Amino acid sequence: MTSQKLGRGVALVGAGMSKFGAFPGKNSRELFVDAFLEMSASVDKGLDPAAIEAVYIGNFSSELFEGQGHTAPIMTDWVGLNPVPATRVEGACASGGLALRQGILAIASGLYDMVMVGGIEKMTGLSTDGATDSLAAAADVSYEIPAGFTFPGMYAVIATAYMHEYGMTPETLLQVGYKNHEHGALNPKAQFGQRISDIMEARKASAARKGKPVPTWADEFEFLHDNTANPQIAWPLRLFDCSPVSDGAAVGLLVSEELARQFTDNPLYIIGTGQASDTALHGRPTLTSLPAARKAAQTAYDMAGVTPDDIKAVEVHDCFTIAEIVATEDLGFFKAGEGWKAVEDGLTTFGGSRPVNSSGGLKSKGHPVGASGIGQVIEIFHQLRGSAGSRQLPGSPNIGLTHNVGGTGQTCVVNIFERR
Amino acid sequence: MSDFDFTFHAYTAQLDEKRLIGSRCKQCGLISLPPRLLCQHCRSTDMEPFEFSGKGKLAAFSVIYFGPTFMKNYGYGPKNPYVSGIVELEEGPSISAQILGMDMEHPESIQIGTPLTVEFIERGENESKKVFLGFKV
Repeated sequence: MTSQKLGRGVALVGAGMSKFGAFPGKNSRELFVDAFLEMSASVDKGLDPAAIEAVYIGNFSSELFEGQGHTAPIMTDWVGLNPVPATRVEGACASGGLALRQGILAIASGLYDMVMVGGIEKMTGLSTDGATDSLAAAADVSYEIPAGFTFPGMYAVIATAYMHEYGMTPETLLQVGYKNHEHGALNPKAQFGQRISDIMEARKASAARKGKPVPTWADEFEFLHDNTANPQIAWPLRLFDCSPVSDGAAVGLLVSEELARQFTDNPLYIIGTGQASDTALHGRPTLTSLPAARKAAQTAYDMAGVTPDDIKAVEVHDCFTIAEIVATEDLGFFKAGEGWKAVEDGLTTFGGSRPVNSSGGLKSKGHPVGASGIGQVIEIFHQLRGSAGSRQLPGSPNIGLTHNVGGTGQTCVVNIFERR
Repeated sequence: MSDFDFTFHAYTAQLDEKRLIGSRCKQCGLISLPPRLLCQHCRSTDMEPFEFSGKGKLAAFSVIYFGPTFMKNYGYGPKNPYVSGIVELEEGPSISAQILGMDMEHPESIQIGTPLTVEFIERGENESKKVFLGFKV
């Protein structure tokens, strides 16, 4: 099959996000306003919001999390854009990535010249149990959940299959979480933007304040092995192997390629987009790879005419530490079974040859599920335009990629961006 | 089983009778679990019920300390964890199920490939009685 092509070029000219975290005083529409205002301010030559012709919003389940359905027109209303068409897009934790893709397709079709894409989720209004049950709706509730599975449990299945096939141990997983906290400590938008050592010091100070015995961890990895500080959730995954429950919103502005330079001298062109679907985890030929991620990546690479080596900045869907390792293989950065060795060798850190998740990833930055796919785009926007501050990748990266997964890979979407 | 209509409802009704029933495509022979109304391979709707032997092996697993609310309500939790896994059945398909009889104190000792047999797990009483799919060592 010949590679897919967009009907015409599309560019990203603005991007903004709310802080990710737990915000008891704000609902999703209010977080969306934060993201919208930052996006508006990011458009170098100014934005007249009245020129926005349509809105696509990624949102997994505000029904379950907030008791609010029909969210796209509300978000659009709260930023003063009614009556433009407002459409909600749902693909579980890939909802944001799908909203971006719908915006791309809408402009590529020639129907619109300017589209706003966003993502929202407000999850912390529920207890952890409530959030776990709500997220479970993204799995197969007929045939997976009755087995006792949770999302940590299903990704733990991927981890045990991977460990069995390739000889990895849970030690490597801890290194992924450690690394993403190192990265996220440099991201002011991150929910848990602290190094593991900062978290340890805070725990010690808290114990001392309460007159409790002060823990004596020798180093970060002793902390990460402590069953009290870092409890088992679904073996081999511990708490620090899991992304958090989060609130947040993120927004991007897309325009047709011919209009791009009216808004900025540094537009990012969408050179590749791919999406694929799959059956439940138990029905797949492999448990150590997400076939839909491989398919989406291949489609996006073929459209872009680039190879994995050309990608200089990458945000992958690390909902769990094992997911980051599998993602780096599915995207072709490392051969199957070698992603964990790359972690061991430090290749995926800032100083490594293939830095992954400079934002801190979902683990440290936070995972408001419908917003996460657009949150990844915000990081690529900054990395490719040289505005990532203290976490700026060296070498003036010109091509970036986002990898966004719904469920355990029933939906995958990959988008590739280029600064020319 | 002549009225088996390949739905989730029919599947769980058979679980209640302690039988694990999927489907076989009469056109291409593909065996499916869960049962399918339409063949994933040839898209035929000419299906027949297929009863599994209940023999298989462990493909992958997790020891779950924090489960969904319904498992908590059955008494599971951090002090009473359980194993969920994917079982590759002798007849081909794989399915998600609870796994019984594993050493949860030493999860690293649990071996992928361990032979398993089906175990129908009854929970609840009277009206709320439900049968869940499990496998045991």
